[in-house]
Amino acid sequence: MDNAIVCLESVQKSFKGSSKPALTGFSAAILPGCVTGLVGPDGAGKTTLIRLMAGLLAPTAGSIRIQGLDPIANASTLRDAIGYMPQKFGLYEDLTVLENLQLHADLRGLLGQQRSDTFKRLLDFTDLARFTSRFAGKLSGGMKQKLGLACALLGQPRLLLLDEPGVGVDPISRRELWKMVNSLADQGIAVIWSTAYLDEAELCQHVLLMNEGQLLFYGRPAELTCRLQDRAFQIRNISVNRRKVLAMALCRPDVMDGVIQGRNVRLLLRPHATPPNPSEFNAGANAELVPVAPRFEDAFIEALGGGPGGYSELAQRLQPIIGENDTVVEAVGLTKLFGDFAATDHVNFAVKRGEIFGLLGPNGAGKSTTFRMLCGLLKPTSGTARVLGIDLKTNASEARQQLGYMAQKFSLYGNLTVKQNLMFFSGIYGLKGSQQQDMVKSMTEVFNFQALLGRKPDTLPLGFKQRLALACAIMHGPAILFLDEPTSGVDPVTRREFWTHINGMVEKGVTVIVTTHFMDEAEYCDRIALVFRGKIIAAGTPDQLKAQVASTANPDPTMEDAFITLVQSQSDLDVAKQNQSTPAPSKQAPANKETP
Amino acid sequence: MNRTLCFRRLRALCHKETLQIIRDPSSNIIAFVLPVLLLFIFGYGINLDSSAVRIGVVLEDTSPEARHLTDNLYGSPYLAVTTGLTRSAMEEALIAGQVSGFIVIPVDYGATLKRASKPAELLVVTDGSAPNTASFVQNYLRGAWNEGLIQRTDEQGKPAMPNITFESRFWFNASAESRNYLIPGSITIIMTVIGTLLTSLVVAREWERGTMEALLASPVTRTELLLSKLLPYYVLGIISLFLCVAIAVFILNIPFRGSLLVLWGIGSLFLASCLGMGLLLSTSLRNQFNAAQAALNAAFLPALMLSGFVYEIRSMPAAVQAFTYLVPARYFVTAMQTIFQAGNVWPVLLNSSLFLLMSSVFFIGMTALKTRRGLE
Repeated sequence: MDNAIVCLESVQKSFKGSSKPALTGFSAAILPGCVTGLVGPDGAGKTTLIRLMAGLLAPTAGSIRIQGLDPIANASTLRDAIGYMPQKFGLYEDLTVLENLQLHADLRGLLGQQRSDTFKRLLDFTDLARFTSRFAGKLSGGMKQKLGLACALLGQPRLLLLDEPGVGVDPISRRELWKMVNSLADQGIAVIWSTAYLDEAELCQHVLLMNEGQLLFYGRPAELTCRLQDRAFQIRNISVNRRKVLAMALCRPDVMDGVIQGRNVRLLLRPHATPPNPSEFNAGANAELVPVAPRFEDAFIEALGGGPGGYSELAQRLQPIIGENDTVVEAVGLTKLFGDFAATDHVNFAVKRGEIFGLLGPNGAGKSTTFRMLCGLLKPTSGTARVLGIDLKTNASEARQQLGYMAQKFSLYGNLTVKQNLMFFSGIYGLKGSQQQDMVKSMTEVFNFQALLGRKPDTLPLGFKQRLALACAIMHGPAILFLDEPTSGVDPVTRREFWTHINGMVEKGVTVIVTTHFMDEAEYCDRIALVFRGKIIAAGTPDQLKAQVASTANPDPTMEDAFITLVQSQSDLDVAKQNQSTPAPSKQAPANKETP
Repeated sequence: MNRTLCFRRLRALCHKETLQIIRDPSSNIIAFVLPVLLLFIFGYGINLDSSAVRIGVVLEDTSPEARHLTDNLYGSPYLAVTTGLTRSAMEEALIAGQVSGFIVIPVDYGATLKRASKPAELLVVTDGSAPNTASFVQNYLRGAWNEGLIQRTDEQGKPAMPNITFESRFWFNASAESRNYLIPGSITIIMTVIGTLLTSLVVAREWERGTMEALLASPVTRTELLLSKLLPYYVLGIISLFLCVAIAVFILNIPFRGSLLVLWGIGSLFLASCLGMGLLLSTSLRNQFNAAQAALNAAFLPALMLSGFVYEIRSMPAAVQAFTYLVPARYFVTAMQTIFQAGNVWPVLLNSSLFLLMSSVFFIGMTALKTRRGLE
C-alpha cells in the first residue's frame, strides 16, 4: 500500500472517564481515488476515527500518517489537504449559502479569480447556484448536505472526510450525493464516508467495518460477502403465517440469521450447513427455497456471531389480546401545521388488529409528528385520530391507557436506576402490588436486566437503553404499541432481537405501528405507508409497492428503489398539477421540488 | 505558512459574527432593548428616598402650642398628615396600613409647655414591621418638634437657641437623590449582562451546532478565534455603554462630571473583563444552557449584590466585604459613580482601572489557555 494517503497503525483512543476505549488497535490504509466506508452502528467509533484523521483529536497510542505527515504536528500543512464535513454539516444556519462559502473561502485563503472560479464550479457541481441568497437554516436536508460538501471542497482537498452525510437526507438526495462523491473519487480524491446504513457499505470500494471500537473487517465489501456465497436463501410462496415460519427457522441450529422480506423469509445458514427443505418449516405445500446473493449485513451478523434466535420470551409471558373491533387505529385527514409548514399533511390510513403497520420515510418526513398525534401527545391542526374508536381529541387519557409508546430518543429517566424506571413506568400505568412486582421481575428476566437493576440507564450501551424503553412501554399490556424508530442506531443483532419480540407480540394479538428510515426494515411490516414531506405518497404491502415500480430494467427492485421511484412520480405529478393551475414557467419547477 | 494572526481570516470571522449578531433577535434585545428597560426601571421604578410618609396626628389637645406643632408637620413636604381625635381611630388606621405611624399630642401638652416645669411629652407610635420608615418617622418628628420649640421661643422673644446647630451638606450629590448613584451603578449591571451573558452563549452555540468542528478543521488559529469573539461583542458593548450614558444624561437628567474619554477607557477595561469571563464559561462548558446559568451566578448576581450598587458594602459582614474585592463590578461601580458625580478623580479611577486590567488579563488569558486547537 505504497500509494495510500492515510496510514493507520494500531491506532488506539481512550477518553477520560470512560472505561472502554473508543477505538482499539486500528490498522488500515486508505487509498486515493476511491470511496472508503466507515461502517458500523452508533458507538462503533466512526466519528472518533474521523476526528483523529482531521487532527482534532490525538490518538492515545499508535500512529496516523496522512501523506506521510502527522495530522496534529503538521496540522497547518495538512489542513489544506483535508476537507472535513462534520455531523450536522457544520453550517451557520443564520448565514446565507453564499456567506457560508465566503467565510470558508476567506479562512482558507481562496481569493481573487481562483475564488470566483471555484465558487462557480462548486455551485454548479452541487446545483446550489439558484439558492445562494437563501439562509442555510432554510435549506432542506439534502441541500444542507450539498452545501456542507461544497464548503469542505473549497480548499481542493486530497482527502475528504464525511461524517454521516446520509443522516437526515431523503433517499433521492442521498443518491445524488453518491454520484457527486464518486465523481470526486474519480478525480483522485480519497473520500471517507461514515455511515450506519449497512446497505451503503456495498456502494463503497473499501470498507472498514466497525463495532464497539473494534475493526471487524477491512477490505473490499465483495471479499466479505463472497465468503457467504451459497449460504443465503429465500423461502418463497409461503402459504402460512410467515412470522411463524421465521420463528421456527431461527430456532434451528443450522440457521444463523433470518429476516422477513415482504411475503418471503430470507435465511442465512451457518457455514457448511446443507440447505433445509422448506417443508421442515411448515411453510406450506408450494414453498420453495431459492438461493439469493449474500448482503453486507449478513457479513456483519456473522462477524458478530449470528442472530439472536427466533424465540421471544417476552411474547410468551404476555397475556393474549382479545378484542372484537377490526380497525384499531385510524387517521382521517390528519394534519399538523407548524407555522405555515405542514409537518403532516392530510394523512389517511387505518390499521387492523394484529397487524404491523409501518410508516417509512427519511428523517424530517413527518413520521414522528403523525405518531405523536396518534398517541394523543400532539393536538392535530385538523382531522381526526382514533384509537380503538376513541377520538384522541376528546378522550386522550382513556386511549393512552390502551397503548404503549416508545419514543424515538431514549425518553426514560437517565438518572433513575433501571429498577426505578421499571417501577415508575409500571406505576403510572396503574400496576400495583404483587402484579407490579411480578411484571418488573418478568421484564428483568426477559431482557437480562438482573446485573443492571441498580445501574443508571445513562451509563448503559444504547442497545440496553432501547430494551429498557421497550420494557417500560409494554408492562401494562397495551393492545396497541407505537414504536418510533425503535432500532435507530443499534447494531443489526440487537435489531433482530427487537423484531423477534415484535413478531412474537403480534402473534399474541398486539397491533404494532412502527416508524423507520431503514428501507429494508419496512419489509417486516404487513403494510407500509411511504411518508414524504408530510404526505403519504403510497401505501400497501411491501410487495405491492415494489411491484408497482418493477420494470424490465429493474425486475426485482428494493424498497429504496420503490421509494425513490414513487417520490419522483409524485413530484412529477405535483409539477404537472402546478403547471395546469398556474401557467408558471417550467424552469421554476425544480426549485419547488427542493423546497423543504 | 500559517501565522498566528492573519487579518484576512480575522476579518472574515468578525464579519460572520457581526452578521449573526445583526440577524439574531435575542442579541439585539439584550444589547439595546434590555439596557433601556433596565435604565427606566432603575430611573423611575426604584427610589431609595422616602417621600411623603403618611402619618397621623391625634389631637387630644387643641392649645395653640399643639396647633403650632401640627402646622409644622403639615408644612413638611416629606409627610402626608391626617388628623384624628381619638387614639383608637388612629390605631385602626395604622393596623390597616393607612398610616406608617402616628403621634399623640396629649391633653396637657400646651399646659406643660407653658409651665416648663417638666418636659412636655409626646407619644410616637410607629409600624415596626417597616423599620426604615419607622425610624424615619421618629427622626422627622423629633426634628419637627425641635424646630417648633425653637420657633416658639423665638416668637416669645426669649432666645433659647441650642449651642450647637447641625448643617448637613451632601457632596457630589447635592440633592441626595438615590437616582444619581443608582443609574451609574445600573449601567454596570447592563454591561455585565451584555458582556458576560451574551458572550457566554456564543462559543457554546458553536459547539452545540457543530460549527466549531468545521472551524477547527480550517486553518483558523486560536488567536483569531478568540479575537473574532471578543471584537464584535466589544463594539456592541461599547455602543450599548454610550447609549446608556446618553439616556442617563439626556432623559433621566443625571449629572455627568467626568470625561467621555475616561469613561470609554474604563468601560473598555470592564467590558474586556466581562467578555473574558463570558467566553471562559462558554469555552469550558460548551453548552448554552449551562453557560447562561453559570454567567448568571458568576457575573450577574455578584454585580447586583456585591458591587455596592444598591447594597452598601460597608454594612456587609467582614468576610463578604473581603470577597467583594474580587468582584470586577465593584470597581466599575465605584468608577462610574465617580465619573458621573465627582468627575475625573484620578486616585479612585486609577485604582479601579488597575484592578479591571488585572481581571481582564486573567479571564482572557484563562480563555486563551482553554481554547485549544482540538476537541478534547
